[in-house]
Amino acid sequence: MSSKVWKFHNDVDTDQIIASQYLLLPTVEEMSQYTFESLDPSFAKKAQAGDLVVAAENFGCGSSREQAPSVLKALGIKAVIAKSFARIFYRNAINIGLPVIVCKDLYENVEDGGSADLDLTAGTVTAGGHVFTCTKLPAYMQNILNQGGLIASLNKEEN
Amino acid sequence: MGSTLIEKIIQHNTGIEKVTPGQIVTVDVDRVMIHDIFIPFAADKFKEMGFTKLWDPDKVVLIYDHMVPAAKVEDSRHFRIGDAFAAEQGMTHVHRTDGICHQLMTEMRYAKPGDIVFGTDSHTTTYGSVGCFSTGIGYTEMAGILGTGKLWIRVPETIRVVIDGKLPDNVMSKDIILRILGDLRADGATYRSLEFTGSAVKEMSVAARTTMSNMAVECGAKCGLFAPDEKTCEYSGVSMEEVSWLYGDEDAEYVKTLTYRAEDLVPVCACPSQVDNIKNISEVEGTPLDQVFIGSCTNGRLEDLATAAKILEGKKVAIRTIVTPASRQIYLDAVKAGYMSTLAKAGCIITTPGCGLCCGRSGGILTDGERVLATNNRNFLGRMGTNKVQIYLGSPASAAASAVTGRITMPEAAVRL
Repeated sequence: MSSKVWKFHNDVDTDQIIASQYLLLPTVEEMSQYTFESLDPSFAKKAQAGDLVVAAENFGCGSSREQAPSVLKALGIKAVIAKSFARIFYRNAINIGLPVIVCKDLYENVEDGGSADLDLTAGTVTAGGHVFTCTKLPAYMQNILNQGGLIASLNKEEN
Repeated sequence: MGSTLIEKIIQHNTGIEKVTPGQIVTVDVDRVMIHDIFIPFAADKFKEMGFTKLWDPDKVVLIYDHMVPAAKVEDSRHFRIGDAFAAEQGMTHVHRTDGICHQLMTEMRYAKPGDIVFGTDSHTTTYGSVGCFSTGIGYTEMAGILGTGKLWIRVPETIRVVIDGKLPDNVMSKDIILRILGDLRADGATYRSLEFTGSAVKEMSVAARTTMSNMAVECGAKCGLFAPDEKTCEYSGVSMEEVSWLYGDEDAEYVKTLTYRAEDLVPVCACPSQVDNIKNISEVEGTPLDQVFIGSCTNGRLEDLATAAKILEGKKVAIRTIVTPASRQIYLDAVKAGYMSTLAKAGCIITTPGCGLCCGRSGGILTDGERVLATNNRNFLGRMGTNKVQIYLGSPASAAASAVTGRITMPEAAVRL
């Protein structure tokens, strides 16, 4: 299924994803209304469930705030596809069950507002008639993601 | 083949004879740190995971620093939740007004050479200055550790950074790490360990090394490590014998080596609004400023205050200058040494120990069109007020010199303690 693409540049930091003054709002849903506020104040209103965020290098650099992947998930973003991710954002995203996909070639081959079709199982993304292969997650992380995040995964281990 | 410093720490922890980069291993966590911003979330997730008891209350440290003293009514909710969680779990390591988490973790000897420590803050890399592998994680992972005492990690590759020679008098360790960030760029060390070494590093105080480990995360690094020496052992209260295994082998595999001649280094600053937008002070000298901030877990330590005091001795600041010691102990030491009196006489605003302006919640918020030269670690858009504040990051020497003129100014000699 084809998804709408929201394209962002290099080094999108966690303050740009969700600014620190909103971290004390009581719910992630409320925070999510301010997603990418400094880059595009109306992003939260325009984004639809199932959309993709596509970025260049080092997406999610900066603070350890887990609200950064959480607000994207709350808005229904299907996955973030970037050339590379910052370490803490990457772990946090997997732990809360937001797919983060490393794909070196998509960025140059899709427009902001364009469309792409992500096949998580096959590890491919299709845009403009081209199929791009994504880097596969290590099994350990894939397992956490498949179970819907770390909480579900730990609960399952206990049972 | 030998092992890098990070590989040795992981091997020591796991008992695995030889780990290799890319390998995923589970480590036994020696200590964790949670701060006031994330304690409500970590406590929630801990319960959601079905845990009732901390794996080891002695290994959990709770520090209030971002919101101390409270600037907003809702801040107190975090203290209430934190206090209740600490009481319920029988935690004794709780610091409510003692200073910034990343200063207290090594100062109070919670994080020691060879340990593995995680914290709910990206600047947890700071304890690499004492040869501790420490890094930031999110609160859901923290909740997992609180229940199990374990965390999986990927063994990182190592970039070796060699700094040999004698630093010019007006160059501080902040200038070195900013230069490295400019060279590696904001993602140049993502997932990797930085290992700092060389004759200039040997001359540095633990405090100066701490500034560099603190900012390792700004190029994406998982940690920024220094092998412990006599100075580290004295600071951390361990013997040289205990840490004799803690060094990177010459024949270890490094993905890259950066080499600097200390004599070539100059005072620099990170210009708005990226940490890797590095310019020599000489290139931006004269830029008008509205405020100076000297503090944070990057540069709020005694030698930073000593440097500011020496430069401001007998002078008056031309613009608002905020000084925030990193901990209560540093505050007391600075009072005893007379630095606080000098700074106050020069017209500085001295605030209570804590994160202060660095996290943009209190203590000197700025507005549209203003410029600040600050000694902390991030100049991201909107961090210290509105999106239209321009933040320059520099050393305490550069900050103090600029406070006198009200413009970005080349500093005189720094104080090395």
